[in-house]
Amino acid sequence: MRTTFIVARRELGGYFATPVASVFIVIFLVLQGALTFNLGNFFGRGLADLNPFFSFIPWVFLLLVPAITMRLWAEERRLGTIELLLSLPITQGQAVVGKFLAAWAFCAIALVLTFPFVITVNILGNPDNGVIASGYVGALLIAGAFLSVGCALSATTKNQVIAFVLALAVCFLFAMASYSVVTDFLSQNIPTLAAIARRLAVIDRFQDFTRGVVSARDLVFFASFIGFWLFLNTVIVERTKAG
Amino acid sequence: MAGPAWETRRGRQGVTDGPNNAALIEIEHLTKRFGHLIAVDDVSFSVARGEVLGFLGPNGAGKSTTMRMLAGFMPPTSGTARICGHDVGTDGIAARRMLGFLPEGAPTYPDMTVESFLRFVAKVRGYRRAELDERMDKAVALTHLDLVLAQPIETLSKGFKRRVGLAQALLHDPPVLVLDEPTDGLDPNQKREVRALISDMRRHKAIVISTHILEEVDAVCTRAIIIAAGRVVADETPTELQARHPSGKLEDVFHQLTLDQFAREQQKEAA
Repeated sequence: MRTTFIVARRELGGYFATPVASVFIVIFLVLQGALTFNLGNFFGRGLADLNPFFSFIPWVFLLLVPAITMRLWAEERRLGTIELLLSLPITQGQAVVGKFLAAWAFCAIALVLTFPFVITVNILGNPDNGVIASGYVGALLIAGAFLSVGCALSATTKNQVIAFVLALAVCFLFAMASYSVVTDFLSQNIPTLAAIARRLAVIDRFQDFTRGVVSARDLVFFASFIGFWLFLNTVIVERTKAG
Repeated sequence: MAGPAWETRRGRQGVTDGPNNAALIEIEHLTKRFGHLIAVDDVSFSVARGEVLGFLGPNGAGKSTTMRMLAGFMPPTSGTARICGHDVGTDGIAARRMLGFLPEGAPTYPDMTVESFLRFVAKVRGYRRAELDERMDKAVALTHLDLVLAQPIETLSKGFKRRVGLAQALLHDPPVLVLDEPTDGLDPNQKREVRALISDMRRHKAIVISTHILEEVDAVCTRAIIIAAGRVVADETPTELQARHPSGKLEDVFHQLTLDQFAREQQKEAA
């Protein structure tokens, strides 16, 4: 556990040692703000809630999360530091979880910095802060889900651009699985896949949280989703080590 | 029984000081295949405390692959490697605690400063507070990094980067050191320093270094292994090795041994 946190702290420090952190956070906040206020019609709706904010957040994460995860393993492989890291007395699992936690903590920091939205609705009206809190939990979980996909795919290549594109594509599939365009198409052509797609639809799960519903089923879903991808990540790292 | 007498003697010398001839590195029938290519072919050897083993061979002979397997990074296709009795595959963490490893090209994290990088390694190695500082100071002093501690590693010269890699490997004063080309990229003075450092540490450790520089074998190694096309073609002292060729030059011996093996491989391929 301790070793995992040491790895995570180094990784998190790595984000802030380079402009990655500031660029990411600024772009994230600008995008979230622009989408919420303009497309989301935050003021015109006349409702004191953060629904416009939460409805865009999965898509902003979809775009930005692969940028956080792309370097995690691809860069270690390109620089050869993976050899150094994994010949230290740590297990692959500790390295995988440590890197994931660093990326997750980074997303959490970005989310915390959206606090002005919360303050704004509280000044303008009387929102249900419980619903807002559960929305934030959901946002953190959907970030975690996308991050776990990105981490695993980053380990498949030495090239950060490939890692980014792969992560974006796969996360996009999981996000789209919630939409009727995809599910209708699947149920007409491959009905068995449609059922699976509906179960894996991450945005459906997230929407429960934005309505203020924190259910054990959704928590278990996100935990197993993240767990599965981190396990896959370990397997991929093991395979790349074998040459 | 002679046991107790030996125990007392050992006790006086300190717990970590085992019998002098104990093999700290044991490699048995290590083989690595990449598809059809056999990179390392049935390599066996052991290294005892007090030995500096020079690992020689042409590029692509399997030196780095062998060292990677020994460091527990790359799983072998077959065979085993043990460090201080711990199997690097099944008891990897314990084995890696006993090991200081400098991977090929001395990779380090370019964004980190020398200090934060070494601190990270020290923390992973389980050191805290005062002990961590003490370990850091020692490793920094040994590798003369004190002036660049606050600098990001990417701004350092090749020689300094190599020394950072070396400092990382020496940090926990491990009984086993595996150094893949420790003097590559250093200037002659730095090379000399690193060699002196290796010679100083020799008595308490089992050390394996790979190198292209044949004079290094004479300068620091007590034993040399020449590997060609994945096979061990010679395993003896530098003096014995020199005696193999009438000229008495290691270069000629190396040339002869590695080319012979190459020719045999070619014949095998043709047959």
